[in-house]
Amino acid sequence: MSRVLVGVKRVIDYAVKIRVKPDHSGVVTDGVKHSMNPFCEIAVEEAVKLKEKKFIKEVVAVSCGPTQVTETIRTALAMGCDRGIHVEVSGKDYEAMGPLQISKIFAALAKKEEASLVILGKQAIDDDCNQTGQMTAALLDWPQGTFASEVTIDGEKVKVVREIDGGLETIKISMPAVLTADLRLNTPRYATLPNIMKAKKKKIANMKPADLGVDEPPTRLAGVKVETVDDLVAKLKANGTI
Amino acid sequence: MVVKADTVSGSDMANPLRREVRQLYKNLLYLGREYPQGADYFRERLNSAFMKNKYVTDPKEIRKLVDCGEDVIKELGTMYYLREYSIMKKRFYEEELLGLLNIGRPTD
Repeated sequence: MSRVLVGVKRVIDYAVKIRVKPDHSGVVTDGVKHSMNPFCEIAVEEAVKLKEKKFIKEVVAVSCGPTQVTETIRTALAMGCDRGIHVEVSGKDYEAMGPLQISKIFAALAKKEEASLVILGKQAIDDDCNQTGQMTAALLDWPQGTFASEVTIDGEKVKVVREIDGGLETIKISMPAVLTADLRLNTPRYATLPNIMKAKKKKIANMKPADLGVDEPPTRLAGVKVETVDDLVAKLKANGTI
Repeated sequence: MVVKADTVSGSDMANPLRREVRQLYKNLLYLGREYPQGADYFRERLNSAFMKNKYVTDPKEIRKLVDCGEDVIKELGTMYYLREYSIMKKRFYEEELLGLLNIGRPTD
């Protein structure tokens, strides 16, 4: 039980008022304040807590994206992670990137780093996908404890209290496993200046998705609107999905 | 703006304390960037607070003031967290909040 991988995403700051670009091609990101996804902060905090309680030895913070995401990795390091991994993806590839590609990258890294746990935020506040954790677990064929509001390590198992519709569910899963953090899991610590200074000495490794055997993401195709449910079923049958 | 936080000179206590006070100022300044009323507002208040104690010489007094400053750092961290938490809670758990307030959902 040695290593935990934590995924962190750089998103537009939660407090920023989002503006759509004049050409409607997306939202304005240039010059806009970005920070670590709030659910990722909670994931980092949980991992660091587990390390402080001596359940695990090392916390590795991972982020995928252009150069700027190293800022987010630095924040994770300032919160107590030991080292970082920056999987470099930029430009059009980054825009086309979604949970499936990210999960493939995390799965490959989890195997490479021999992680006992992969902890992610339950969703990102920019896309609200809520898919990466689940997909990563499926690719690794690991158990998953999603929407975690409480995590306890009990020997080789993890007890997870999950926030579900209508209340709470407690499950016990074996490690290695994937966990996704919900809002009430913990209170993330603020990265103060002394911690940020200390974090500058910590290493951030740089790599490309290809180094992990992950392909470039395909260009995203436009969606199709349909009028009725019958149309939807017909279309899905036609392209072989069902 | 350079702030000479204390004017203790000569004694052995001065140097480590002076460094601590300077570090405290830097740490507070860093945290103040996110202050709700603005970073400039915070910096003005921070500067005047430090200037007010410019001539304190007793190391015990200085220690007390530094500890006070550390408490402010903790309070700021908590305030920033609460601000984020309450916005996130409202955004993601509105249904839950409505339930707590016994406000029913609009009927279909």
